[in-house]
Amino acid sequence: MDAQAPIVIVGAGQAGMQIADSLRQEGYGGQVLLIGEEPHPPYQRPPLSKKWLTEPGSDHALSLRGPEALSRRGIVLKLNARVQAIDRLASELQLADGERLPYSRLALATGSLPRELTVPGARLQGVLSLRSISDSRSVGAAVRRCALEQRALVVIGGGFIGLEVAASARKLGAEVTVLEGLPRLMSRVTAPIVSEAFERVHRAHGVELVFGAQIAELLGHEGSVRAVRCADGREYPAGAVVVGIGVVPDDALAAAAGLACERGILVDDCARSSDPAIVAAGDCTARRRSDGRVLRLESVHNAIEQGQSAAAALMGRERPFRSTPWFWSDQYDIKLQMVGLSHGYDEVVTRGDLQQPAFSAFYFRAGRLLAVDSLSRIQDHMQAKRLLDAGVSPTAQQAQDPAFDLRSLLPAAKTATADGA
Amino acid sequence: MVQVTYIEPDGQRLTLEVPAPSSVMRGAMDAGVSGIEAQCGGNCACATCHCYVEPEWLDKLPAPSEDERLMLENVAAERRANSRLSCQLIVTPALEGLVVQFPDRQS
Repeated sequence: MDAQAPIVIVGAGQAGMQIADSLRQEGYGGQVLLIGEEPHPPYQRPPLSKKWLTEPGSDHALSLRGPEALSRRGIVLKLNARVQAIDRLASELQLADGERLPYSRLALATGSLPRELTVPGARLQGVLSLRSISDSRSVGAAVRRCALEQRALVVIGGGFIGLEVAASARKLGAEVTVLEGLPRLMSRVTAPIVSEAFERVHRAHGVELVFGAQIAELLGHEGSVRAVRCADGREYPAGAVVVGIGVVPDDALAAAAGLACERGILVDDCARSSDPAIVAAGDCTARRRSDGRVLRLESVHNAIEQGQSAAAALMGRERPFRSTPWFWSDQYDIKLQMVGLSHGYDEVVTRGDLQQPAFSAFYFRAGRLLAVDSLSRIQDHMQAKRLLDAGVSPTAQQAQDPAFDLRSLLPAAKTATADGA
Repeated sequence: MVQVTYIEPDGQRLTLEVPAPSSVMRGAMDAGVSGIEAQCGGNCACATCHCYVEPEWLDKLPAPSEDERLMLENVAAERRANSRLSCQLIVTPALEGLVVQFPDRQS
């Protein structure tokens, strides 16, 4: 290994950018090389299915850090570069164009790829997925064309991406049909009461929701998609189709290099892979927690947390995953904020107004708070985040009592400062 | 371009030219100012771009929206009377010379 060689980060998304930034915060003074496949400097992906889809701005509006930030921190960016292989023996990367790059230590932040539909017709023109800036432009153009030609946009998958695209498409005036395989929306991550609230909102905005839809085939005309046929024989006309059926971690490079992978690059709580010279962060990872369970998270917060851990690990320090995972989604005028992981809950109570909707769902297991989903209830979200970070749990009774001040459960000093402002 | 001075948590001052219209957060992220995380990228969803506005500028800023006010009640660092979320502060020529300071923690 060449100790003078740069620390190389593969993947210039949220996690890769965070690792580079955090390396400087950790006091690393050597070279940092950040390699990205796309032509764009590091940018935010969440707006691509939300505001940026309806009001696309300049690429700059999405950028995570400007060129000035990178040069101030001495981070070298190499774009349009595809890493083909990791040569762990030589501590070198092999790029698709044949170049070989030495590394002293390596960070993988390769992200995830949209899960592909495998039915006949999935490669017809007008069948789109959403991951990058250029995908977002294509989806935006397809939606506008649907609106103009009065054809429906069919969204396959009633998860975050699918529903955000549906809401954006309604805003742009297109008819929208959402085909979901399971009996309710966002079923992987929310309780039925939250799914039902979103169902009502989407239907009120004119979206056709179909549950239990098993996609059989996409039908085309002259190479372009024109309908989606389900296993029950029903056909849904389509001017374009957006596939939002989840993502798969991009662990191909790591797996080919012999790193332990398990639907993602296996890392510990400190973002260390099975090779002591290699760390990984973000969507591409599967984190084995201290209790042995393997957790996959796809979120900005996860990329930032693991990015910070990965940078510390590259410096030989331990900085375990710290704060409670959180997520957000914007659909119409509902701000959905979720904190904690609700998996395995045995009780849900709500706080607020279910009809509007402006309420939070509090998830408990054996009387302890696991997670809170807030729909346009910012105060609940922020307070729940602090409670979960502090390891403090309200009772279900307290959570559903609008008169009970959740902040009163927080350690006294913090509450005093917050109220003293 | 509008001149904005950022004070990092360790007291270091950085005076930058920020394009208008843009946000105080955007200016800080573009230049790599320390002490800001901006996890949600400017959506008023995370309160990790919390800043203290130098008191003489407070009156020149539009009052915080209800959403921002609710977020501010629960910021990670000390909440003060001059606390704002920098993603909600739009840079305009009227703010030429604005000074903001980032706290020691955002999350």
